[in-house]
Amino acid sequence: MNTVIFRTIAPYLSALMMVFSIFVLLRGHNEPGGGFIGGLIAVSAFAIYGIACGVAAVRRSMVVHPMSLAGIGLFIAVLSVLPSYLFGQPPMTSQWLIFDFLGSELKLSTPLVFDIGVYLVVVGAITSIALSLEERDVD
Amino acid sequence: MAVSSNTVDIAAAMVTQPVQGADWLLVTPLLLTMAGGAVAIMLRKKTAIQPWIAIGVISLVVLSNIGLLAHVLDHGVVTMVMGGWLPPFGIAFTADAMGAFFALSASIVALCAAIYAAGSIEASERRYGFYPFLILLLCGCTGAFLTGDIFNLYVWFEVLLISAVGMIVLGNDKAQIDGGVKYAILNFVATTLFLMATGLLYGLVGTLNMADIIVKVSQLEGQGPIYGIAAIYFLAFAMKAAAFPVNFWLPASYHTPRMVVSAVFGGLLTKVGVYALLRVVLMLMPEPREWLGDIISLVAIATMIAGALGALAQTDIRRMTGYIVISGVGSMIAGLAIANQVAVAGAIFYAVHSFFCITALYLLAGVINRIGGSFSLRELGGLYNKSPLVAAVSLILLLAVAGLPPFSGLWPKVMLVEGALESGRSLLAASILISGILLTIAIGRYWIYAFWRGGPEGTVDGTLVPQSDGTATVASVSLPMTVTVPMAILTGLVIYLGLFPEGVMAISTQGAASLVDPTAYVQSVFGVWP
Repeated sequence: MNTVIFRTIAPYLSALMMVFSIFVLLRGHNEPGGGFIGGLIAVSAFAIYGIACGVAAVRRSMVVHPMSLAGIGLFIAVLSVLPSYLFGQPPMTSQWLIFDFLGSELKLSTPLVFDIGVYLVVVGAITSIALSLEERDVD
Repeated sequence: MAVSSNTVDIAAAMVTQPVQGADWLLVTPLLLTMAGGAVAIMLRKKTAIQPWIAIGVISLVVLSNIGLLAHVLDHGVVTMVMGGWLPPFGIAFTADAMGAFFALSASIVALCAAIYAAGSIEASERRYGFYPFLILLLCGCTGAFLTGDIFNLYVWFEVLLISAVGMIVLGNDKAQIDGGVKYAILNFVATTLFLMATGLLYGLVGTLNMADIIVKVSQLEGQGPIYGIAAIYFLAFAMKAAAFPVNFWLPASYHTPRMVVSAVFGGLLTKVGVYALLRVVLMLMPEPREWLGDIISLVAIATMIAGALGALAQTDIRRMTGYIVISGVGSMIAGLAIANQVAVAGAIFYAVHSFFCITALYLLAGVINRIGGSFSLRELGGLYNKSPLVAAVSLILLLAVAGLPPFSGLWPKVMLVEGALESGRSLLAASILISGILLTIAIGRYWIYAFWRGGPEGTVDGTLVPQSDGTATVASVSLPMTVTVPMAILTGLVIYLGLFPEGVMAISTQGAASLVDPTAYVQSVFGVWP
């Protein structure tokens, strides 16, 4: 796996996949996509980067530890449940904020926040599994 | 993606009335444990503050569960549907007296474990994630006790299983991996059976909401498949609860991890299995349960007796406690076999007693190991000299677990025997009493060997004085707060339940009433009996 071609292409490929994973995350509410599948695409990006450049490089590029990332995601998902309390609605009832942003309609909502939480949980949990498997592979 | 301004009748699909603030108590334990678990994961490198996060979060959960139980006792069964979608399409959380009571007991057990662990779980194990696992285990338990949707119940079982496997292999040594594998495989099989039964049930009645299942199943007239489904559910949950033919994983795995982990498992996990048996087999499928009645009764008898005999045969106090757990599971399944209100109330009461008593017994094994240096009854002895207080506490706990007065184990057994005689199951009643006698012999052996005799095997008995180095008695050991506080809480509860059982009996009876006649449960979800 250590060919020059792969090592040269991998950073660009994984960057492209990261952008695509965020695109999939954001289009998820009404169309195929969402936090889980977006997260999996992001994990594949990290995995490709890891295969090409080593686990250490992936850990450096993630800044926070993947497990902590999963923790942050879980916390964000819990936060998304809370706003409906203020409106006297059952938990997880979606709240929408629709406004005009530079001429196009922008819709922000609690399901999106929840999806971002799911995305981070998936990225964190599965990346940390993938990285520890890859580390074992060396010895 | 233009948004059409169509007018939809929202009231046809969604909850439109404002929700009472107090109803949120249903989800606060889950939100607290999830958020607390998330924070604990993020801060797992800061090992010094980990116990404080866990103790803080779980204390809040205890308070919230007290509020929930009070709310349920005041207002009857409480339901809340996620996302505001009307049931059966929205996922419902429904708390009746049993669910809320179990959730409260589980959180008290977890709190005691968190305090005990602060003194016994090392920094490396904290970094590995002991406290996040503990908090998420409580999350899974609470979710299982409060959910009103059978697939959601499966999801909480998975949450439980993942955190449990994480905890059991914590120390990473060979025996623990061995125990962990046995535990995981058996529980994965049980969970798979559960999932298969749920798929079949969905195929049969077309719904996953428990209240809806009650209604739909009552409209099935003598259809075969529901009997088969009930039998698969019974097998799956009996595996989880460690009932007789499928109990061998419990003594094979519960003695390997840290004592505090065993305490949490013994206290919480088998009870989740018993809870699921009561909720699913008794409440959702009363007719097939009737049909399975004799088999369930046999399983209960075999579990009680096998557990008690196992406890008699063991010399390792951890394994012995494992068999005591199994014997208790038999008693609770006896409640399921009898299924009249008194007996089911007895089973619920027994579960609550068992939450506290079993956790305390496992923690006690840890304490005995700490002051006596061993888990083996052959090597223990003379501990009364070292700490009369520990001897007294352990006598209380052991008497309670054998069902002797005046402690918490007595009343549920009285209720179970009463229920068994009422419904003419005299063999079951006799077995409950016989298993009590066998357990009494077992715990008598435990206490006499560990505390009363002069020293380990080989010491001439009756020689409490003097030691070989000339000191008359060994200086009494002082135990740290992390041991005394949880032991005091649990022992206090065991004594309290024994001396003042009326309150718990009333709650158990209310819980049993909604299981035996689920009209109130269904009405809470749908507003009316459809």
